Amino acid sequence: MNAPAAFLPVVETPAETADVLIVGGGPTGLAAAARLAALGVGRVVLLERQTETGGVPRHCGHSPFGMREFSRIMGGRAYGRRLTETALAAGAHIRLRHSVLAVEAGPSLLIASPEGVYRCRARAVLLATGARETTRAGLLASGSRPSGIINTAALQDMVYLRHRRPVRNPVIVGTELVAMSAILTMRGAGGTVAALIESGPKPVARRPFRWLPPLLRIPVHCGVEIADIIGASQVEGVKIRNFTDGSVREIACDGVLFSGRFTPEAALLRLSGGRIAPGTGGPEIDDHARTSLPGVYAAGNALRGAETAGWCWAEGRRVAKVIATDLAGAAADTGAIAVHAGEGIKYVYPQKLTAGGQKSFSHLELRLSDWICGELSVTQSGVCLYNTRISSGPERRVRIPRAQLPISGDAPLVISVGKGKS
Amino acid sequence: MDIFDIAIIGAGAVGCAAARRLALAGCRVLVLEKGTDILSGASKANSAILHTGFDAPEGSLELDCMQAGYREYLGLRADFNLPLLETGAMVVAWNEAEFLRLPQLAEIARRNGVADVALLEAADLRRREPNLDPSALGALLVPGEYVIDPWSPFLGYARQAIAAGAVFSFKDEVLRGAFDGACWTVETVKARWTARHIVNCAGLGGDLIEQRLLGDASFEIRPRKGQFAVYDKAASRLVDAIILPVPTETTKGVVLCRTAFGNVIIGPTAEEQQDRDRPTVERAELQKLLARAEAMLPGLKDIPVTAVYAGLRPATERKEYRIRHEPDRHWLTVGGIRSTGMTASLGLAQLVARLILGKDSVPQDAPKPPVMPNLAEHLPRDWSTPGYGEILCHCEMVTDREVTAALASSPPPRDLAGLKRRTRCAMGRCQGFNCLGRLSELAGDRLAGLGEAL
Repeated sequence: MNAPAAFLPVVETPAETADVLIVGGGPTGLAAAARLAALGVGRVVLLERQTETGGVPRHCGHSPFGMREFSRIMGGRAYGRRLTETALAAGAHIRLRHSVLAVEAGPSLLIASPEGVYRCRARAVLLATGARETTRAGLLASGSRPSGIINTAALQDMVYLRHRRPVRNPVIVGTELVAMSAILTMRGAGGTVAALIESGPKPVARRPFRWLPPLLRIPVHCGVEIADIIGASQVEGVKIRNFTDGSVREIACDGVLFSGRFTPEAALLRLSGGRIAPGTGGPEIDDHARTSLPGVYAAGNALRGAETAGWCWAEGRRVAKVIATDLAGAAADTGAIAVHAGEGIKYVYPQKLTAGGQKSFSHLELRLSDWICGELSVTQSGVCLYNTRISSGPERRVRIPRAQLPISGDAPLVISVGKGKS
Repeated sequence: MDIFDIAIIGAGAVGCAAARRLALAGCRVLVLEKGTDILSGASKANSAILHTGFDAPEGSLELDCMQAGYREYLGLRADFNLPLLETGAMVVAWNEAEFLRLPQLAEIARRNGVADVALLEAADLRRREPNLDPSALGALLVPGEYVIDPWSPFLGYARQAIAAGAVFSFKDEVLRGAFDGACWTVETVKARWTARHIVNCAGLGGDLIEQRLLGDASFEIRPRKGQFAVYDKAASRLVDAIILPVPTETTKGVVLCRTAFGNVIIGPTAEEQQDRDRPTVERAELQKLLARAEAMLPGLKDIPVTAVYAGLRPATERKEYRIRHEPDRHWLTVGGIRSTGMTASLGLAQLVARLILGKDSVPQDAPKPPVMPNLAEHLPRDWSTPGYGEILCHCEMVTDREVTAALASSPPPRDLAGLKRRTRCAMGRCQGFNCLGRLSELAGDRLAGLGEAL
């Protein structure tokens, strides 16, 4: 999506009216649409740029979805359909092939659709734009640039929705849960996996998922980086370099799947002048889920990268409730306390705490930047408000209940974790 | 046997421009290209700057060709629907020694006929580029340096050449050849071709082609790698002009500029290497490049990198363009065309026509120039016109209508890379995370690089 430009033939007569506009039709947006419509906030319109709603779960062919939401196990595509039906049944409107170009004051959205470019104003906007995996470029991975270098989502989209196989025997970069999912996808498509490689000291995925590669006899190399990608038209191999001893080894493969390291799809907010939180790469939000742009909320993986579909669904519902409450009465918020990620903390959200109103977040949600065994603490003006022993690692949920923080005044909170690596 | 007037070896920037010029002059033109597409060698990775020649060597052929090419581009671009981002450039001095060289650069620029340059004091510079690091001491403003689409012009030249009867043969590497006093017979991996003249525009293979066909090479290609990093579109609000360094004897140095597609690029590096085929990116060098960009424009620190790429420039043992004209053998080499080649290409095409045809050729006005699909972001793109089916690539806003048109165009894309360059699909910040699936469904059976059906 691009910055709005002067040349646009914008239709100024409103083609659409809405009380709440939701950008993105994944689990977060659909859950929020259903709840908002059910709460009677008026006209709820969800804008989805793709040709169908459902978001990323659509192309997760094998993962179990729907336990929390519908008390049954469903495939990703069926789950997406069920969420869509629920939103429609509640009275929400869904517009497909609608791309939001910009968030403007109002709040108002500038929207491109096959029928033309138009503006739509609302009383509130919810950004539920999701996340994407970090690319080869984002990691600055060395080597040539032949075909066969893709993200897991593209692999799964090709395999499950288009019945095509982009590669037969790739190396997978990353060891988060999504890497294990990629292994299953490759097997389902009649392919194999040459190896998993991880820059950290050990696999990121939890047990029992991390047992999958050894079970399938797929080598896992930790503490390594890509030194070279070889191949002229198609990938023919990768060279990996060991961080400790500098040794390099070559692995034959026909593709490189860059998996995980999810990053929020925050370009819309960034290009619209909203504040981006440095740690998450997503919108800076307060505990209502309000961004720095008035009337604009954000929820789901757009906030931080990957959480499960069920988590996003629940969050979408909570934020929907808060939007409805805020719309019903003035959201009386007295001041805001900043929350900073200190030593050892990759990110924390919400980045601001307010005193008044109903909250979307009862906890501070954070991630550690490394494998750490030590003391997690929250301080304010040098005073320790909270501390606890912690032994955890990257991409693990770490939550601090706000109710346990005896906050006084409006000085910023600093969260940090004492060293002592595990 | 089918006899061509001219066989051009290499469909890079110079080969495409020369093919157009000669075909429009009424010649039967054959273009032999080793790669699967136009611009698949040295021309693949250029910085897309239309240079004025302000810092080119005085009186050089390079300067002549750049300025002729610059003028012709400005003259023809409207007919081809080619974009021009009128940024201007600033040669920024970051230390006292560089600052003291600016007046000298201004003097060279004026001697080169670029009269509108101006010296900017630090305060002036800051007013124009407020986001530049405050350590900048001053600059030489060169208003006529512009940014263009580095790809579409050459596709346009190739299309017009084809419309005028030129034949492009891809994946057709030249192996050997013989001249019988009137005609060249050229053996390639695909066929045996006959042509009266040969124009060697083989870029990184320029010396090898001379070796293979003439038996000796008049120069030696010393590939020089240039790596680039592309920042997210959000970066384009931080800088207006092309930011150039004070040039050294050997290189124009690392450039920071906006692209026609709405991004900001930093590059190229200048790394000598032996290999002519492997322009790899390297993490350590890219990190240095990013650090350099962020030192110049601190706001870039918060902006993600969208893409990285690298190319090889066909440098030789000498700085100047290498022209080998042997009328007796019906031979012309246009070699050693380095970073300025994109600007100079149309000027070099004029030179080629003059040398081969023995006179200044005036291109006919038929066939009409093709109207190229606009890929530049400051001008209307296809998505702003209603009636498309869907937007396939959301980062670069590419419609199904554009993809369908590109697949049906000539010369057609043969692989995903060719489609990407013709439409910008999968070139944005998600690098295909969202669109490769849909693209594989639409074009997977026709293009290499999109996998196989299950």
